[in-house]
Amino acid sequence: MSIPLPVFIAIPLATAFLLPMFGKRRKDAATVIANAATIVLLLLAITCVGKAGVYEIGKWPIPLGINLVLDGLSSLLLLVISIVAAAVMLFSAGYMEQYTAKAKYLSLFLLMVAGMNGVVLSGDLFNLFVFLEIASLASYALVGFGCGHEQFEAAFKYMVLGSIASISILFGIGLVYGNTGALNMAYVSKAIQSSGINAGLGFALALFIAGFGLKAALVPFHAWLPDAHPSAPAPISAMLSGVLIKSLGVYALARVVFNVFGVSLEVGWLLIALGILSMVIGAFLAIGQWDIKRLMAYSSISQIGYVVLGIGLGAMLLARGANPAWASLAILGGLFHLANHAVYKSLLFLTSGSIEMATGTRQMREMGGLTQRLPFTRTTCTVASASIVGIPPFSGFWSKLMLVIAAFQAQYYWVAAIIVFVSLCTLIMYLKVQRYVFLGELPENLRQAKENKGSMLVATVFLACLCVLMGLLVLIPGLREAILEPAVKVLTDGLKYSDFVAGML
Amino acid sequence: MLYALCFLLFMIGLYCAVVKKNMVKIVVGILIMEYAVNLFLIMLGYRQNGVAPIIDKTHLESQSALTNFVSNSVDPLPQALVLTAIVISLGSLALMISICIRTYEKYGTFDITEIRRLRG
Repeated sequence: MSIPLPVFIAIPLATAFLLPMFGKRRKDAATVIANAATIVLLLLAITCVGKAGVYEIGKWPIPLGINLVLDGLSSLLLLVISIVAAAVMLFSAGYMEQYTAKAKYLSLFLLMVAGMNGVVLSGDLFNLFVFLEIASLASYALVGFGCGHEQFEAAFKYMVLGSIASISILFGIGLVYGNTGALNMAYVSKAIQSSGINAGLGFALALFIAGFGLKAALVPFHAWLPDAHPSAPAPISAMLSGVLIKSLGVYALARVVFNVFGVSLEVGWLLIALGILSMVIGAFLAIGQWDIKRLMAYSSISQIGYVVLGIGLGAMLLARGANPAWASLAILGGLFHLANHAVYKSLLFLTSGSIEMATGTRQMREMGGLTQRLPFTRTTCTVASASIVGIPPFSGFWSKLMLVIAAFQAQYYWVAAIIVFVSLCTLIMYLKVQRYVFLGELPENLRQAKENKGSMLVATVFLACLCVLMGLLVLIPGLREAILEPAVKVLTDGLKYSDFVAGML
Repeated sequence: MLYALCFLLFMIGLYCAVVKKNMVKIVVGILIMEYAVNLFLIMLGYRQNGVAPIIDKTHLESQSALTNFVSNSVDPLPQALVLTAIVISLGSLALMISICIRTYEKYGTFDITEIRRLRG
């Protein structure tokens, strides 16, 4: 193991506590240091691709100590988090000039990154909860960062629902500890394999699904997201929609369901139902929105539905003992959609930030004809929209195609039909964005709208290039075997996770 | 029986957080839920007539003393978990209360039905 895994948590954490010392005077220095931290993290995450390892904190052997586990799924999520964090940090350098207390913002941002990296790497249930709370607390504060009445209300709503989710997860962890006598995921998984799932563990699984589902904003639990995401500053909306709901919600859910408890038919169907509900209801609610960021927030719910549908379809096929290749295709589609969605949704939120900065409003009715004034924003936004809708060369097409093929192979034609139908709804909502924001008459008061420049432009163009190139991840076999296949294998192997952790020691 | 009472406390907290209209009461409801879960964790490690899980020289003198100690001491791990959970809940409580105070400064009320966007 060449890379000590704690650096992924230590670097952002240490930088986060260093930055407030710079204060208002030297905020340029703070910005440079924060950007350096995220770029170092990105480079480290790239070197971790395809590697696996277990790190024991303080050399305490498991199960006495806490361990960090790097496997295929963790390294995929680490890579996604680092890419989005680096791009968003670059964007914030320019965007956050309009707010006071920039150093505090950067510090909270890095704290959130530290929490997410910790969630993804943790091999211990309670440790996962601690990192989840670090990331959540930082995000509650960031949603209320604008200090307007709207921000406080959204932050309060988010915080109440998020706290309820965290407490359910802690309750579930207590039940797991009471029934198995272990907190390390590998040991819990072994204990569950030998004893089977009793009533207490079943209740714990239900609490986990509800808690992580709330963090992931799946449909019965989605109420906080459409308020929290639009109220936050645009870079933070990008982080929340792009990676926070995935690492805290979907990743943790997949880890617990597949690797700790083991898949079962009921859980597979439950995930499919949650996924389809989120897809359809999220898409319907998004079409009616006139606030550009609110529309994108509802579309996040719909896209998270795709990811959960893919994972749930895989779980159901695995539990039914169907052809394992079908299950891995469904999971591959889900995880690839997760990576794609992180890139294009953060890009969409960043462009919405540029639009808001140029026009001073988020209402699409008050915009129009911005193509002339904001050519780069227009191009990047169109690329991201084409990706999310699933137009062939762009990334979103490949992941949706894989989901449709997986549903066909498993002979659930109605699932495939729903996937295509929701894609059409997505097309309608992003055509609406294009039509009302970029085409049509330019209103008189927007004649002076200015295109963003410098670091903001670099960040959006970088993400737009990724949107175009992400399709190569599945088309080039070498890249697919290096990045996506190991992540899929972690989930399809399911309970062999405990043997993997034991084997790495 | 004790576990059922603990669960009842959890449900009371959940009810309070979901139904009440006053922001401060919602915060109190969340705190009750947190205390219920902390109590549950502590009860997991509890042992009737147990001793404190601190090992000293007398326990190490013979094998039987050690086995006796292990079978009588309470489980220390949930206590460590609860300490961590209390610190986390302190942090989130401070943030929640500060948001409540700032909202009160803007609106002059804690009633969420009078605060526009929190409805529904």
